[in-house]
This record gives sequence, C-alpha cells and structure tokens, in this order.
Amino acid sequence: MKSADTNPRVNRLISVATPLLLLAAWEVAAQTHAIDTRFFSSPSRIFAQFWQMLADGELLYHAAATVTRVLIGFVIGATVGVAFGLAIGLVPVVSAAVQPLVDATFPIPKVALLPLVVIIFGIGEASKYAIIAISVVYLLIINTAAGVRQIEPIYLDVGRNYHAGRLMMFTDVALPGALPSILTGMKVAMGVSLIVIVAAESLAAKSGIGFLIWTSWQVFEVEKMYVGLFVTAIFGFASSIVLNWAERRLIPWKRS
Amino acid sequence: MSVAEPDVALKVRIRNLRRSFVLHGRTFDALDGVNLDIAAGEFLAVVGPSGCGKTTMLRIVADLDTQTGGTIEVMRAAGSSRPVNSMVFQQESIFPWMTVRDNAAFGLKARGIGKRQRYAMVQPILERAGLAGFESALPHQLSGGMKQRVALARAFANDPEILLMDEPFAALDEQTKLILQGELLRIWETSGKTVIYVTHSIDEAISLADRVLVMSARPGRIKDLIDIAGIFSRPRDVATVKSNPRYGELFAHIWRELRNENIAGAVEQAA
Repeated sequence: MKSADTNPRVNRLISVATPLLLLAAWEVAAQTHAIDTRFFSSPSRIFAQFWQMLADGELLYHAAATVTRVLIGFVIGATVGVAFGLAIGLVPVVSAAVQPLVDATFPIPKVALLPLVVIIFGIGEASKYAIIAISVVYLLIINTAAGVRQIEPIYLDVGRNYHAGRLMMFTDVALPGALPSILTGMKVAMGVSLIVIVAAESLAAKSGIGFLIWTSWQVFEVEKMYVGLFVTAIFGFASSIVLNWAERRLIPWKRS
Repeated sequence: MSVAEPDVALKVRIRNLRRSFVLHGRTFDALDGVNLDIAAGEFLAVVGPSGCGKTTMLRIVADLDTQTGGTIEVMRAAGSSRPVNSMVFQQESIFPWMTVRDNAAFGLKARGIGKRQRYAMVQPILERAGLAGFESALPHQLSGGMKQRVALARAFANDPEILLMDEPFAALDEQTKLILQGELLRIWETSGKTVIYVTHSIDEAISLADRVLVMSARPGRIKDLIDIAGIFSRPRDVATVKSNPRYGELFAHIWRELRNENIAGAVEQAA
C-alpha cells in the first residue's frame, strides 16, 4: 500500500509546493489589490529588492554581521553550557550549587537583560556575543544535564568497574552519552539565537539583519524589511540543515 | 576490599559476606553470611533462584555495591599492577559511540596506556574473540552475539586478577549462546583466569564451570557446592558435556535443589 502520506518523494514535493503556493497567493492578492501593498508589498517586489541589496552589498554587510554575532555567541554559550551541564549531571555538589540558580533564572526573557548586558559589555560587538551566549548557555546546560541523567546506568557501571578517571568519565562516557540530547539542545538554541539577535539588533546595533528590519520599517522601506525577515528565515533553515547533518555525523548509532 | 599476600593457590576469600537492603522501612537480607574460597584459575558458576543475591554478590566483588558486613580478599602477586577485577555485564554494556577496538581497549585507556600500545595489545584478543575485520565497526552494526564478544574482549584485554560475569549470554538466542560458550571456554582456558560466573541456567553452569555454587532463596546463602571439574575434564567441549549421562544426573541434582528454593521463595513472597 502506497499512499501519499507514506511516500517520501511525494512528501518532499508537498514541502516545496506549499510555500510556493502561498507566495503565489500573496502575489495574486497584491496584484489585484486585495491587500494593501504599502504594508504587505508583494513577493515580486521583495525579490527585486533582495537582488538589488545582494548586488550592492548591503545585504551581505548586514547578514555577515548577524552571522558572526550568532556564531561567536553560540560557540561560547554552547561550550560553557555543555561543560556545566556535564558537571551538573555527573557531580552532585555542582548540581546542588548551580541547578537552583539555573532553574530560577531560566524563565527570564534574555532580551530583557539587554540593558544590563550593554552596561556590562558596552554598546559594541561584545554585548551581542554576550546576549547570544547567555541565551544559548541555559538551553545547553539543561539539555546536557538531562542527557547525562538519561545515560543508561550500565555505562556508568562500566566506567566505574574499569576505573575510568573523572576526566575519562566526562570525555568517553558522559559527553558521548549525552550527545543526542546536546544536539537537540543546540537545535533549539540556534533558533532562540536567531530570535534574540534580531531583537537585540533592532534595539542596540548599527548593523545586522535585526537592524535592517527595524530601520527599514521606521523609514517605511517595507520591501527591505521583508527582505530582512526572509533572510532570517533562510538562516533558520540553513542552520537546521547544518545541525541535522552534524547530528547524523556525530551520533550514527542513533540512526535506526 | 582488601588485597592480601598470595596464599597457596587461593585467589578469592570471602568471609561472612552480608548485604541487607531497607525497603519501605523493612530490612531484607540479600546475602546472609556467605563464606567461600575460590582457587586461582578456577571457573566458578553461581546459580540460584531469582532474587537470591547472586548478582548482588558479584556487584560487591566488583566494587559496584558495598557489603553490610564481611570481607572479600583477592590475592595478588606482590607488585602486580593488574586491575583486581573486570566485569562482563548481562545487558548490552559496550559503548555505542566507540568502535569495537576502542570498546575493547577501554580498560587499558583508563589505566593510562597510550593509543598505539593499547591498540596493539587488544588486537590479538579481538582476533581470538572472532572480531578480526570488525575492529572499526560501531556496535549498532553488530549482532547481539558479536556485541557480547566485544564485551568479553574488553574484560580479557584488561587482564584483571579475576573475571566477573553476570549472565553474559542470557539475552542471546540458543545457537549464538552455544557458540559463545565454546569460545569463552577456549579463550579462558589459555588465559588461566579466575572466573566468577553468575547464571540462571543450570545447563550453562554445568557446561562451563569447575564448581557450581547453588544459592538459597532470600536470604542468600550457600546451599551446595558441586564439583564439576572432577567429572568433565579440560579442555572441555560444551556439546560433549551435554551428551554425557553424568550431565543429566548433575542437572537433575541441581534442579531439585533449586526447585525447592523456588518453592520456598514463592511461599515467602506469598506470606
């Protein structure tokens, strides 16, 4: 039995067709003036704007600023988060000291910390890295610690019985054992990073996609704003492709 | 666990070993005064009804659990740097994120032996365990039987004073089990290792062991120690053992003892 629900090729086709159909509907609505093009523009105009910004380098300038901030902040936050998460998962004393702080401060929206971060790290790039790192670190602490706790006890028994030292328990047992959960954390954290950076750039930056979106709206260059939104979506899509690829490479044993 | 000077040919001396658990405010004795001497190079099988404390005893010897009372001594040569014990676990215990080679060399790595040297050390053991050609495979690419071969190789490669095995073949199908029992004997016979082998299978105990220790239901005590080495000599072939008429007698003898224990255990649980 082969229905459209189970055929992967058909599903892939649907995945591509759905957004194209929506774009087409948008274009028709704009051409027929069913929507107010001053606010909602049209796909064709947005794409024209996109190509122009790509040609004159404006888009690359803002995109590079955003990507650099996200990558640097993400690497810092992920490294610190995984290290703390492993320690919380493996060492009860660390868990007792850090877990309550993490639980209590996790629900604070990280964008709300931006004024404080700017006071501490200044208006420059450091504050952008910091706000991303802070957003990422929580998700990775939580996911890594949960990943360590989910490791089959037998693997910890093996580590103890074969006298693995603390470092080896971290690197050879806890880290690879928690890797599936860490990668899930990274996927979520990457999405959150993009949300946070666009918001942060709208509030406190002179470059970046968030800055582009917000200033374009303020000067009523609606097409540029939509280009910014579109590029943000591309970032989200591209990062998920990269992280899915990394997942397949790093944890081949989790594939069915 | 204390470590003493070598005795004549004594390898393990267990004295008055006790372990109790507190559950819902009630104290249960899992082990109640186990006394046992195991000779160097001996293959000892431990059988008993479920919950008789045989795995608990093994975990205490492995230092994965702590006794409530009593002592375990493992004799070792002066200046020996060997690990005291290495365990082969019942469940799947090899790390899914390591290749066969890295799994087998895990204990050696924990002892600080460099990569090249430990790989060289595990290679002959991998070959003896029938894993040649699979060194770089990941466990998810292997069958259950192959995975347990890796677990055996890991324990033998660690070259411990004593080997502890907790029903290592219990999850395997019958044919694979027969093959691996034979392979285990073959590897063990050349190694001269002292083995404590916990199993629920009477057949496996008779086929593999020099002596079979029958444990009583909770509290776990030694009920009987049956000499097998005097009946089936080494090197031993698993299939030949099973076709020997003495095998049937031994099986019936152990089963009678276990059946009574199982009934006693059932009565205790019902009470």
